[in-house]
Amino acid sequence: MFERIWYLAVKEFIETFRLRRRVFFIFVAPVIQLFMFGYVATMDVNNVSTAWLDYDKSTESRELARRLEASGYFTIVARPASSKEIAPLVDGGKVLLAIEVNRDFSKDIKKGRPAQLQVIVDGTDSNTALIAMNYVSQIAARYSTDLGAPIKATAVPADFRLRVWYNPDLRSRNYFLPGVIALIVMLTCLMLTSMAVVRERETGTMEQLMVTPIRPLELMLGKTMTPALVGFVDMLMVTIAGVLWFHVPIKGALPFLFLATGVYLLSVLGIGLFLSTLSKTQQQAMMASFFFFQPAILLSGFATPVESMPRIFQYITYVSPLRYFLVIVRGIFLKGVGFDVLWPQVLSLFILGMLIFLFSALRFKKRLE
Amino acid sequence: MSFLRIKAMARKEWIQIRRDHLSLAMAFALPAMLLVIYAYAITFDVDNILTVIYDQDKSSTSRDLIARFAESKYFSIVASIDSYGEIDRYLDSGRAKVAITIPSDFSKDLRTGRPAAIEIAIDGSESNTATIAQGYIAGIAEAFNRRESGVSVSPVIDLRNRVWYNPELKSRNFLIPGLIAIIMSVIISLLISLAVSREWDRGTMEQLISTPVKPVEIVIGKLVPYFVVGFADTVMSVLIATLLLRVPLRGGVLFLLLVSAIFLFGGLCFGLLISIGARNQLTASQIAMLTSFLPSFLLSGFVFTISNMPAVLQGVTYLVPARYFVSVLIGVFLKAIGFNVLFTEVIFLSLYGSAVFLLAVKKLQKRIE
Repeated sequence: MFERIWYLAVKEFIETFRLRRRVFFIFVAPVIQLFMFGYVATMDVNNVSTAWLDYDKSTESRELARRLEASGYFTIVARPASSKEIAPLVDGGKVLLAIEVNRDFSKDIKKGRPAQLQVIVDGTDSNTALIAMNYVSQIAARYSTDLGAPIKATAVPADFRLRVWYNPDLRSRNYFLPGVIALIVMLTCLMLTSMAVVRERETGTMEQLMVTPIRPLELMLGKTMTPALVGFVDMLMVTIAGVLWFHVPIKGALPFLFLATGVYLLSVLGIGLFLSTLSKTQQQAMMASFFFFQPAILLSGFATPVESMPRIFQYITYVSPLRYFLVIVRGIFLKGVGFDVLWPQVLSLFILGMLIFLFSALRFKKRLE
Repeated sequence: MSFLRIKAMARKEWIQIRRDHLSLAMAFALPAMLLVIYAYAITFDVDNILTVIYDQDKSSTSRDLIARFAESKYFSIVASIDSYGEIDRYLDSGRAKVAITIPSDFSKDLRTGRPAAIEIAIDGSESNTATIAQGYIAGIAEAFNRRESGVSVSPVIDLRNRVWYNPELKSRNFLIPGLIAIIMSVIISLLISLAVSREWDRGTMEQLISTPVKPVEIVIGKLVPYFVVGFADTVMSVLIATLLLRVPLRGGVLFLLLVSAIFLFGGLCFGLLISIGARNQLTASQIAMLTSFLPSFLLSGFVFTISNMPAVLQGVTYLVPARYFVSVLIGVFLKAIGFNVLFTEVIFLSLYGSAVFLLAVKKLQKRIE
C-alpha cells in the first residue's frame, strides 16, 4: 500500500513541477502576495493629509501646527486662506482633515477663555477618521496642559495607565502578516489539490489510474502529498520573509507552527478534494476554489475581529478552519504561547479537519465508483 | 465595419452565455453574496471589546467606574477576576482583549487627593482594535475624572469636531460602494476571459476566421452581451446596496451609471485582451484572476488607504483602473459630488478603456494572421 502511494506521489510531484507556469503559481505568486500584503495591508493611520486654516496667525496657533506635524500623524498639505476653500479640498479628497483656528484663538488662551478649534473630518473612511480624531484630541489635550492653564491647578484624580501587550508599537503589519500564512497556504493548496484530481479526469488518465490496483484512499493520499509539501514550503517562505524582511516578531516555537500547519492542511486538503468532486474541468475547479476562498477569508477574522460580527455570522465562523488557525498563528507569532494555551484551537481544528477529510473521502470514493 | 455582422456575432455570443448556467449564476449570485457578507460581517467599527476586570478595591467608586465601562457599548465585560495570573491567561488565550486592574487603595487615594492609578492592559495584536479602544478608554477616563474632581473646568482648547459625509462613522457606508468596484472588476474579467479562449480551445476560431467578420467586429460583438450582463450586475449591486443595506446614495444616479459603463467597458476590454492572448481557458482565467483581484482589492484604496503605502506602490495605484472607480463610487454615494470634482477620474477611465480596446483589436489581428 505504501509503495503504491509513494509511486503515485512521485508521479504527482513530477507532474506538478513540470510546467513552468505552475511553478510560478506555487512559488512566485505567494511571494508577490506576501509583499503586497506586507506593504499595503496597514490600518495604521499616519501622514493624514491636513488643511490648516489659520485666522489667528499667532505663536500659539503656529505651535499647535508644529505639534500636529511633529507627531508624524498629520502632514499639512494645504493652507487655505478662508473657510470657503475647505469644501473643495475635502470634496476632492485632497485632504482628509481640515482644522480651522479662530481669529481670537491666542487671545482666548491668554484670557483663560476656552479657545475654539474647528475640526472637519472626512468620515467616509470611518476607521481612519475615528483614529485621526483621537490623535487630534490627544495633541490638543497635551497642548492644553502644557499651556499651564486652569486644569493644572486641579490634579487629575485618577491616572489611567495604559499598557499595550504583545504588539506595543501597534503595528498592524504584525497583525496581518501571520494571517497571510493562513491565506496563502489555503489558496495555493486548494487550487493544487482540486486541479490535480480534475486534471486526470480531464485528460482521461483517470481510467488508466483506475485499472491499476490502486485504491481510492491511496489515490487520495498520493494526490494530496505534493500540495501538503507545497503548503509547508509556502508557510516557511512567508515566515522567513515576514521575520527577516518585515521584522515581524516570532515569539513562539517554530516546531509548534509546523504541527499546527499540518493540522490546518488536513482541512484545506479535504476541502480541495471535495471541490474536485464538484468540478468537471480544471478551470471549474479553479473557480470553485476561488469562490470558496472568498467568503472563507471574510468570515474568519482575517481582517476584522470575529467579535464585531453579528451573532449569526459568528456561528458560521465556527466551521471555518481559518478561524482556528488564525488564532494559532497569531498566538505563536505575537503572544509566544504554545500548546498549553492554544490546545482548544488545535483540537477543534483537528476534529474539523478529520470530519472534512472523511466526508470528502466518502464523496471521492463514490465518484470513482 | 458592418453593423449586421456585429449583431450576428453578438447574438451568437449571447446564446452561448445563456447556455452557460454556471457562469451566469456566478455573475449574479456572487456579487449579491459578497455584498451581504461584507455588509454584515466585515465591520471596522469596534464595539463589544471583551474586557475582564480585576477589582481589588471593591468600593462604590470602583463599581461606579466599572459601570461606566459596562454601560458603554464599546466594552463588554466577560469576567471579574481575582489575580494577576488570570489576566495573563485571559489575554494569552484571546478570551479578553482588555484587562482593567483597580488597585486596593483606589477609593482611598481618590478621597485623600492622591493620584489613584488604574492599570489597563490592552491586547495590541489587533492593532486597529487596540488603537480605537485606547481612544474610548481615554474618553471614559476623562468623563470619570471630570465627575470626581467636582469642578467642571473648561478645557483650554475646545475641540469642535464635525464629521462630513459619514457622520455616524459606519464602516459599511464606506466599504460597500468600494466593494462594487472590486466585484465588477473580478466578475467581469473572469467571465469574458473565457470568451475568446473558448474559441481557441474548441477550434471554432478557425471557423470564425473563415467568415468575412473582421477582428474589430469580433471584439465588439463579444463585448456587447457581456456588457449587458455586467451592467445588469452593476444595477443589481447598487440596488442591493441602497435598498437592502441602506447605504446612502446622495449623488447623481445617472452620473454613477455613466461612469460604471465606462469602467465596465475598460474592464471588459482588458479581459478580452487576456482571453485573446491566452492559449487556453485555464490560463485565461488564471491570469484574469491574478491581474484583476489582487490589484483591485489591495491597490484601489478600497480598504487600505493609498496615502499609507510606500511611494512606489502609490505610483502603481495610478495604473489600477479600480482606484479611479472606487473614488467615483465613494464620491457619488457619500459625498454627492459629480463630474466637476471627479473629471480626472472619468477622463482616465475613458482613456484606459479606449487604449485597451485598441490593444485588444490589434492583438486579435496579429493572432489571426
